[in-house]
Amino acid sequence: MSWLLVLPIALPLAAAAATIVARGRRRTQRILSVGCALVVLAGAVALVWATRDGEVLAAGMGGWPARFRITLVADPFAALMLTVSALMVTVCTLFAAARGEDEQPYFHSLVQVLFAGACGAYLTTDIFDLFVFIEVALIASYVLLTLGGSLRQLRAGAVYVTTNLLASTAFLAGVALLYGAAGTVNFAELAGRARTSGEVAVAGTFILGALAVKGGLVPVHGWLPRSYPAASPAVTALFSGLLTKMGVYAMFRVYCTVFQGETTLRTPLLVAASLTMLLGVLGAVGRERMRDILSFHMASQVGYLVMALGISGVAGLSAGIFFMLQYIVVKTSLFLCSGAVETFEGTGALSELGAVARRRPVLAAAFGVSALSLAGVPPLSGFFAKLALLQAAFVAHDYAVAGVAVAVSFLTLFSMVKIWNGVFWGDPPAERRRTAATPTRGRAAAVVAPAAALAAVGVAVGLGAELLWALSARAAGLLVDPAAYIEAVLR
Amino acid sequence: MTAAVIVGVLAAAGTYLVLQRGLVRMALGFVLLGHAANVLLVVSGGIHRRGVPIEGETVGRAADPLPQAFTLTAIVIGFGMTAFLLALAFRARRDLGDDDLEGES
Repeated sequence: MSWLLVLPIALPLAAAAATIVARGRRRTQRILSVGCALVVLAGAVALVWATRDGEVLAAGMGGWPARFRITLVADPFAALMLTVSALMVTVCTLFAAARGEDEQPYFHSLVQVLFAGACGAYLTTDIFDLFVFIEVALIASYVLLTLGGSLRQLRAGAVYVTTNLLASTAFLAGVALLYGAAGTVNFAELAGRARTSGEVAVAGTFILGALAVKGGLVPVHGWLPRSYPAASPAVTALFSGLLTKMGVYAMFRVYCTVFQGETTLRTPLLVAASLTMLLGVLGAVGRERMRDILSFHMASQVGYLVMALGISGVAGLSAGIFFMLQYIVVKTSLFLCSGAVETFEGTGALSELGAVARRRPVLAAAFGVSALSLAGVPPLSGFFAKLALLQAAFVAHDYAVAGVAVAVSFLTLFSMVKIWNGVFWGDPPAERRRTAATPTRGRAAAVVAPAAALAAVGVAVGLGAELLWALSARAAGLLVDPAAYIEAVLR
Repeated sequence: MTAAVIVGVLAAAGTYLVLQRGLVRMALGFVLLGHAANVLLVVSGGIHRRGVPIEGETVGRAADPLPQAFTLTAIVIGFGMTAFLLALAFRARRDLGDDDLEGES
């Protein structure tokens, strides 16, 4: 089974190399790229199946003793994240191909490197490798963001690169402090160390702070809405599905292992979560472009995830993991919808759009379903995620943060209705500034299909919530009591 | 003590440069900040905590190899990032005649 753990890192890297060789032959690149994502998806599903009862699979690299080698581990949390990421890469690559965004010769290679970095970050068992894999993903994202080379992209790129570089340097310094204090960077050996050593707690907080920047948490979220909308639509969707979630995933891992049983950071996390939810959703109010609005909501939704982390315990973490999985699908679907609108209408500005639902009913339905799910309307997946999160908050007597979460849900709904009214409903604007040529039926279907497929997955997750909930609960159980994880790593 | 002073000076100079507007200065600032983190990594090693993974050798005078491996990796990553930042500055200069991307133009 251990080859299954290497596959999600090795195959995308191999595909990246192959697509460089095949540059100029777009058909070959597309087949390689989508094929790789599909194979990794199949492997990830196999990993979910293998870990469904809470088993932990481990693969040690080389013949070194357990404490010195690099060990890859798949527990239910990592396997689920791998599955969702592979699905996002598949869908976003198809969308990019349908829009012709992959005309840049290295587009597919960069996407595959990003993919490999994200997979590595999910599977790794030590904090330094986590740093390396996050950097691998980030450096691909720097290039992807500025691939168009327009002035707007260069400006966004400068903000994005400098912020993330600063966070990475802080992360590295945190790793150094952690190694100096604890003598190890292995998750298994670090479990619960913050409880007994103040130095480890300080180093861990440093790392969590750096990861909070990468996740887009208030007050260090400013870079996110300033940079994401400048990328091309498929790239924004890919970033929303893979990148910030990688930061949040890393926060879950670091906090749950290093700070196991240590509750000093609970209040700061919950305060940051409340502010993130609130400021993110309020920031979206004044925005006039679809992707700008959605980018602010991204920050806002990260607040829900950190709220789950702050509440902790099996209930809180299950809710957080469930929330993260369904949210990645829903949010990417929304970004793909706005990308499709930009493809058909040539703009994403609400004031220049209207009555798109009349011409593109399937696209409107996909957006509507995903938007309602994001706001948390039953019986869609977002409702179950928020319900579980609120239950966990009430059980833990965190009434204030629960109140904020409910209020922000209403504001999210308001924001989604604003997009719906501006883009899909109402009358077409008197002065049409259509720059995009009307696509053929086949191409139009190829642009809408990825968004519609993800919206359908979102609905399926909502209807089959119990299955995913059981898996999330297993994953959370291992985060709360990592005995099996530690045993697998040090075996 | 020496290491602490080096890290302090590097971090201070790096922070000053990162706060400048020109991309080239920022790139140099990040180089310095990266060095600060690298020095921190090197001095974080401590062989007294556990044995080295070399069997049958006298380990009394060996340094902790793990932070050195970390630092080497971090230097390579930092090199790539610097190259990208400089490429960005080059593009900005070509398009704007200046590497200040926040400026009016």
